[in-house]
Amino acid sequence: MLLSVLSGFLLAACLPVIGKQIKGNLSILLSALPVILFIYFLSFIPGVANGETYHFTYNWVPQLGINFDFHLDGLSLLFTLLITGIGSLVFIYTSSYLKGHVYLDRFYGYLAMFMSSMLGLVLSDNIITLFIFWELTSISSFFLIGFNNDSEASRKSSLLALGITGFGGLFLLAGMILLGYVTGSYSIVELMGQTELIHNHPYFVLILFLVFMGAFTKSAQFPFHFWLPGAMKAPTPVSTYLHSATMVKAGIYLLARFTPVLGNHEYWNTTLIIIGGVTMLYAAIHAVFRLDLKGILAYSTISALGVLVFLIGLGTDDALLAASVFILVHALYKATLFLVTGIIDHETGTRDVSQLSGLNKVMLPVGIAAILAAISNAGIPPSFGFLGKDLIYEATLHYGDWAIVLTVAAVLTNICLLFAGFLAGIKPFIGKLPQKYEKLHLPSPLMYIPPMILAGLGIVFGVLPMIIDSPLIKPVAAAILNTSPDFHLALWHGWSVVLLLSTITIGGGLGLYFILKPSEGLLAKATRFEPISPMSIILRCTRIFESTAKGVTYVLQNGYLRYYVIAILTFLSVLLAYKIFKGIDLYVNFGKLTEITLYEAIVLAIMAVSIVFTVFTRSRLVAVAAMGIIGYSICLIFLFYSAPDLAMTQFSIDTLTVILFVLVLYNLPKYLKLSDTGSRVRDGMLALIFGGLISLLTLEVLNEPLEREISAYYAENAYTLAKGKNVVNVILVDFRGADTMVEIIVLSIAAIGVFSLLKLRLKSIEKE
Amino acid sequence: MKTIIFKTASSYLLPLLLLFAIFILLRGHYLPGGGFVGGLIAAIAFVIHSFANGIEKTRGIIKFHPGFLMPIGLALALIAAIAPLFTGGALMTGLWFENPVPVIGMVGSALFFDIGVFLVVVGVTLTIIFTISETI
Amino acid sequence: MELLLVIIIGLLYAAGIYMMLRRSLVKLIIGLILLGNGANLLIFLLGRIVKGKPPIIDDASYVLAEIYADPVPQALILTAIVISFGLQAFAIILIKRAYKVVKTDDLDEMNATDEDL
Repeated sequence: MLLSVLSGFLLAACLPVIGKQIKGNLSILLSALPVILFIYFLSFIPGVANGETYHFTYNWVPQLGINFDFHLDGLSLLFTLLITGIGSLVFIYTSSYLKGHVYLDRFYGYLAMFMSSMLGLVLSDNIITLFIFWELTSISSFFLIGFNNDSEASRKSSLLALGITGFGGLFLLAGMILLGYVTGSYSIVELMGQTELIHNHPYFVLILFLVFMGAFTKSAQFPFHFWLPGAMKAPTPVSTYLHSATMVKAGIYLLARFTPVLGNHEYWNTTLIIIGGVTMLYAAIHAVFRLDLKGILAYSTISALGVLVFLIGLGTDDALLAASVFILVHALYKATLFLVTGIIDHETGTRDVSQLSGLNKVMLPVGIAAILAAISNAGIPPSFGFLGKDLIYEATLHYGDWAIVLTVAAVLTNICLLFAGFLAGIKPFIGKLPQKYEKLHLPSPLMYIPPMILAGLGIVFGVLPMIIDSPLIKPVAAAILNTSPDFHLALWHGWSVVLLLSTITIGGGLGLYFILKPSEGLLAKATRFEPISPMSIILRCTRIFESTAKGVTYVLQNGYLRYYVIAILTFLSVLLAYKIFKGIDLYVNFGKLTEITLYEAIVLAIMAVSIVFTVFTRSRLVAVAAMGIIGYSICLIFLFYSAPDLAMTQFSIDTLTVILFVLVLYNLPKYLKLSDTGSRVRDGMLALIFGGLISLLTLEVLNEPLEREISAYYAENAYTLAKGKNVVNVILVDFRGADTMVEIIVLSIAAIGVFSLLKLRLKSIEKE
Repeated sequence: MKTIIFKTASSYLLPLLLLFAIFILLRGHYLPGGGFVGGLIAAIAFVIHSFANGIEKTRGIIKFHPGFLMPIGLALALIAAIAPLFTGGALMTGLWFENPVPVIGMVGSALFFDIGVFLVVVGVTLTIIFTISETI
Repeated sequence: MELLLVIIIGLLYAAGIYMMLRRSLVKLIIGLILLGNGANLLIFLLGRIVKGKPPIIDDASYVLAEIYADPVPQALILTAIVISFGLQAFAIILIKRAYKVVKTDDLDEMNATDEDL
């Protein structure tokens, strides 16, 4: 099982090495992987149909409770079959669609990576691994959407997709961690037993919000839906795979998976119904106005996702059953339509639906597939879609007080969806064939057979629902409901309200199809609302965010050293001032002070004068001299207060520093008066405040008792252990010898630095 | 600065100051002094000499580039630091000869370490000052 | 005496910071040195000042007598002084070098011309 999940990653890892060899016709061989996986997962059907679930555990980070725990039940099985099944067809389709593309190997690598991530996502039992695979799908889809990386639009939309889904992913991670914190377990199976605990926990609302954010961003729910139409810049196989059947369904999977854990709660249901309902209507209406085939499909996909969220939100047995069926229905017809769109695009070079018609005459098999898919999409019997739609109406009709509102919404959505499906699936193929397309020919069978298979399945399942009824759909519903439901799919339910609604839907949709002709004008009308669409709003927020960041960076990171210093010092001053004036009462213990002798007072006075001179003199030489005097005064202070070693060192260093300055200064320019009075006053104030605070701080520290443990140790052991009597020197060369060692190394580096700065000529210097 | 008196004085001052520097270095373990101060004083001695007689003369006295003192000093200090490892002690353990040497007193690894520091300080200071005065 | 030293330390800090905030490179380095001196004095003072009792063991005894100046801050400062010399030398040469290349010791202009270097 681990191998089956990771095989895609392995393949992707091998491709850069072997990719060049298989670039030609051999690329179709890569399709073997998803096909094998598909067969492997098919083998689980009998077991799962009997109500069994499979569990596989591989340790990964046991310390954190993160393991490769794979759990296979009905829901996972349905998704794995979709992933590998549609994956196989997409792999085959791609080998022809992107034939001879320079980066075909790369494309397959991304696809394989994506497939594995999706498999991992739907099979993970551990919610942390689930999150990791979740993010992996976002990342691999980023590469796939941006596959045409020389187009700016493509790069932009892939970034947008990554941004939105990655953003949601973070919420999901937070939600997962909270769940783990609340229940003490990271296993979904174990979480299912703790529904009560979770529902009553104060964090429940927060968890709900976080999980919703993850699911809504991934499944393109309003108001995060806009990345999906943008992602249509991707090559069509990607759109087919990611945006109809798999990735966008990850959010649905998540919601379905957590229904037994978080569901059946007022908040859960209401939120999902509202968001799902808004999304399905909003996107369905949008789909009507599109001209671009892929745009139509994108919006109808969003709408379908909305329907799914809506159904999960209803949460009744009927609704969840409808959701289970609709996942499959939608995957089948939408993938078909995408593949067909790809063929049209590939052959005619346009996706503008208003220019396409009559293509049946040149590519009949493609047309058949498309029309079948459109029928399934429309829910016209005997397609599988009819079944799905019936179930949806069944669910809405039996939902208590709001049944009528919900049903009307569902009907409206379905009318628009039907229209969109006809526009994409039927319109291009019937009517008069424009002259310029007469020379078109049928593409390679590798391209038109996959959509035909999918479309065919859509009809077969409709006519013979028992094929998938108990083996597949029942376990799915069982997994979502966490009980064993009792139902049977059937095409014919007898005369009922549901049938009436279906008829209204079909009639309404057909009517719309004949009245409304797609045109630029309609599109323009729809785009008028663009500025208030969520996409524009979020993009505007991003821009504001960017410019704010730029502004803040400009203020803080302006490249002027002194502003950095000012910022640091101001902050430090405020902090110090707060601390000093808040909690500490200052006092000076005059009794403990050492007395002042005259010569000390004189030395200090000289020092004070020198400091003032250093700061205010116009002449650099005076400044250096004054600095030297300060140094010598400090030397005297050291001498007065029992530090002969320091005095000697300070004396020598001071001498050398002054010599250095004098040597160099002659070659430097005179002081310039560079700053105005205002900034001088400001800097002076800041400097004085900071100096004053340091003084206060020092006074305060002097009041604290002194801990002399370390000194005492050195004082006692200097002679007994190190045979030295000058304790300072003993510390330097013996106790802390390693420090001194490092110090002399640093000194040597400084000397080498000086030497190389002066001796090695820079290029620009040589010009002089 | 190149007056006769200064020149004459500096030629006597150099050996005297050097001697003083070594004195400071050796007594450092018992009285104020040590490698750092000693090294600085020795460096100042050479700097004074170079001010009086010109840098070429001073370099003539030293005969080699002062920069070479740095690796020598570092090596000496390092040897003094790791020597105890060979006698089974930890890094930087003090090793001492049994009997005191006349004039200097007890001789041990710490002294060699200090001499290393001395040489590095002389080397660094002179390298810096000489490089600067040569290139200006 | 401590009070006076406290004031001098504050003055040194203030002067050092004021100089560091100027645009001239030379002033920046003088500021650094002043600040370094201030810090050394601060450490020295915080180790408490004692008159006439250097941390040197008498010839006759094996350990330090009761009251003595704290050797630890002294060792710290000694290291700091020597290191700061290395730093100053390097900084001074850096100014000189920078001045030769960009013909200014105005920090702001250096900021603007660093692409031409």
